[in-house]
Amino acid sequence: MADTSAATARARVSASRAGEKSRTSWLTTQLEDERVLGYVLLVPAFLLIIVFIAYPFALGVWMALTDKVVGQPGSFVGLANFAKLLDSDIFRTAAWNTVFFTVVATAIKAALGMWLAVLLNRKFRLSRVTRAAVLLPFIVPTVLSTLVWLWMLDGTFSVFNWILRWLWDLELSVFGLVVKEDFGYIRGPNWLGDPAWAMGSIIMANVWRGLPFFAISFLAALQTVPTELYDAAEIDGASGWRKFWNVTLPMIKPVAIVVVVFSFVVTFADFQLVYVLTRGGPYNSTHLLATLAYQISMHAGNLGEGAATALFMVPLLFVVIVLQLTYLRRIGVD
Amino acid sequence: MAQILIKDLYKSYGETPAVRGINLTIDENEFVVLVGPSGCGKTTTLRMIAGLEHITAGEIYIGERLINDVPPRDRDIAMVFQNYALYPHMTVHENMSFGLRLRKLPKDEIGRRVREAAEILDIGELLDRRPKQLSGGQRQRVAMGRAIVRNPDAFLFDEPLSNLDAKLRVQMRTEIKLIHQRVRTTVVYVTHDQVEAMTLADRIVVMNDGVVEQVAPPQEMYDHPATRFVAGFIGSPAMNFLPCKLTGNGSGLSVILSDGIRLNVPANRESRYRDYADRDLMFGIRPEHLTEQRQHTNAEQQDFTCKVGVLEPMGIDTMVFMNIEGADVCARAAPRSVKGPGEDMMFTIDMQNMHLIDPESDRIL
Repeated sequence: MADTSAATARARVSASRAGEKSRTSWLTTQLEDERVLGYVLLVPAFLLIIVFIAYPFALGVWMALTDKVVGQPGSFVGLANFAKLLDSDIFRTAAWNTVFFTVVATAIKAALGMWLAVLLNRKFRLSRVTRAAVLLPFIVPTVLSTLVWLWMLDGTFSVFNWILRWLWDLELSVFGLVVKEDFGYIRGPNWLGDPAWAMGSIIMANVWRGLPFFAISFLAALQTVPTELYDAAEIDGASGWRKFWNVTLPMIKPVAIVVVVFSFVVTFADFQLVYVLTRGGPYNSTHLLATLAYQISMHAGNLGEGAATALFMVPLLFVVIVLQLTYLRRIGVD
Repeated sequence: MAQILIKDLYKSYGETPAVRGINLTIDENEFVVLVGPSGCGKTTTLRMIAGLEHITAGEIYIGERLINDVPPRDRDIAMVFQNYALYPHMTVHENMSFGLRLRKLPKDEIGRRVREAAEILDIGELLDRRPKQLSGGQRQRVAMGRAIVRNPDAFLFDEPLSNLDAKLRVQMRTEIKLIHQRVRTTVVYVTHDQVEAMTLADRIVVMNDGVVEQVAPPQEMYDHPATRFVAGFIGSPAMNFLPCKLTGNGSGLSVILSDGIRLNVPANRESRYRDYADRDLMFGIRPEHLTEQRQHTNAEQQDFTCKVGVLEPMGIDTMVFMNIEGADVCARAAPRSVKGPGEDMMFTIDMQNMHLIDPESDRIL
């Protein structure tokens, strides 16, 4: 009964709409269907991904399999580019540098970021202002802030060395020692010009830039931990460290893992920082896969070989991302 | 199992006082309920006993020991929180044993205690689950289990039932009482629900605005409230309060509620009230002592007539609301005896259960 009357009502409505332009009503009906509308809404994003990500990536893969150089159509050479790279010392150095740079920088950022987040999570005067200020390195355009680092790490005018010398002089005057004449003055390291210091210097700059992201993400995660859990842990007998290990860390682990993996990927593919500070030098001591790929393809013009260099980043990042997704799915099921 | 002694306890947050001088002795194995409206200082008091809140002034002893500066982990207390505060990343077993593991108890001892507590609470099957996989009632049990395994000097409960639905709350209330009978220990229980306080407590502590209004066993609290606040807070529906005049009537005293309603004060109260004759006072009577006209069973029952305002049938009784000289009054009448709204109805009031309140001090005379 109810069905029939509803059907008649619907028939009456569609009959009354039959007078309108049939084309408009067809489009409206189609868009009211969520399955259709969903795909329509996806189109712009899909186009952007095709044009700016999928196409360049496919082109890169194709180039990596050719001997294309600037101004010449390349011909297919199979895996020759990859074989050549694996055989080259500079590539192996860059690959090792990339892994070292990424692992060390990410580890330092994670540890310092956690420490900073725990400090910022406390209430103190101007705590809101401080939280906002911590974000600054993240907001400044990377190339600009890196140029400032270049200046601060300059071989002759480094402000760090100036401070070191000032401290050195200060200590001398405090103890009244006359070693100054014997040792001259402390010169400080040649931050970017000495292969022994250059990697440390770019890691320092990377940590400075990446720390806010860690600190603010960890801080946001910390604020979702219910305070009652700390009360309960305190009554259960947990000390400050225990509370951190047994409550804080497990509670923010999902967020922490996403943050670390994301930062790992971005650091792994870092280019601007190294390009501005050292261009991979001295003696390739700071060459990363990204800067090497740029050098091979843009400076030397070997587009095919450069593409192959860049593609070497894919398998490692792929593994990292698969691990992350697996973990997230596992805790999602729990 | 120990006595808790609270002396001149005071707590303020900056300029704002939260607890203003509390004195209380909680006996060994006693179940004491702190009850009061939100912001009355009951939770703050409990958290000071737990050590989660710094004590501004005063002293707290557990057993013989002054614990003002003892950290919570050394106080030998266990606490059940309003939101259970279970560790989401630990299984039920790990949640319950966490405190014992921190105290480095031997493994078999921990296992034994957890099994025993799980048996008392009937959660033996849930030990390998995570809190997320449990219902509200089960989480509540685990939270209690975590307290029981510790075998502490005192249990502290902070509104433990307020997150449960009404039916489960009643059920868990009974269960908490049963558990206290099995695991004899000192309990301090905070709630804003006077029914919970009445049903669970050996003694109730009613708090208001940072001070203790009255400490008494439930029935005594109900029969003989000390202040107007307690009289209004304990009992549901709440006690009626009406402005009145107390006058002498030759031999005895009477209470004048309005031109038409003049009630005789029972003879055995006359000496208590005589000094207040001819003063403006507040008259208090519980709805259950104000009924439809009934055959009198004692000499102090008296009748009066009033116009019915609103009726609220509860099934077992019907609440009759009326207005006497501007004050809303609720009576509890048998369902089939009530008149319709706007009609006059005869009521019987049991003056044996009347209260008089001094409006200046708000104390019950």
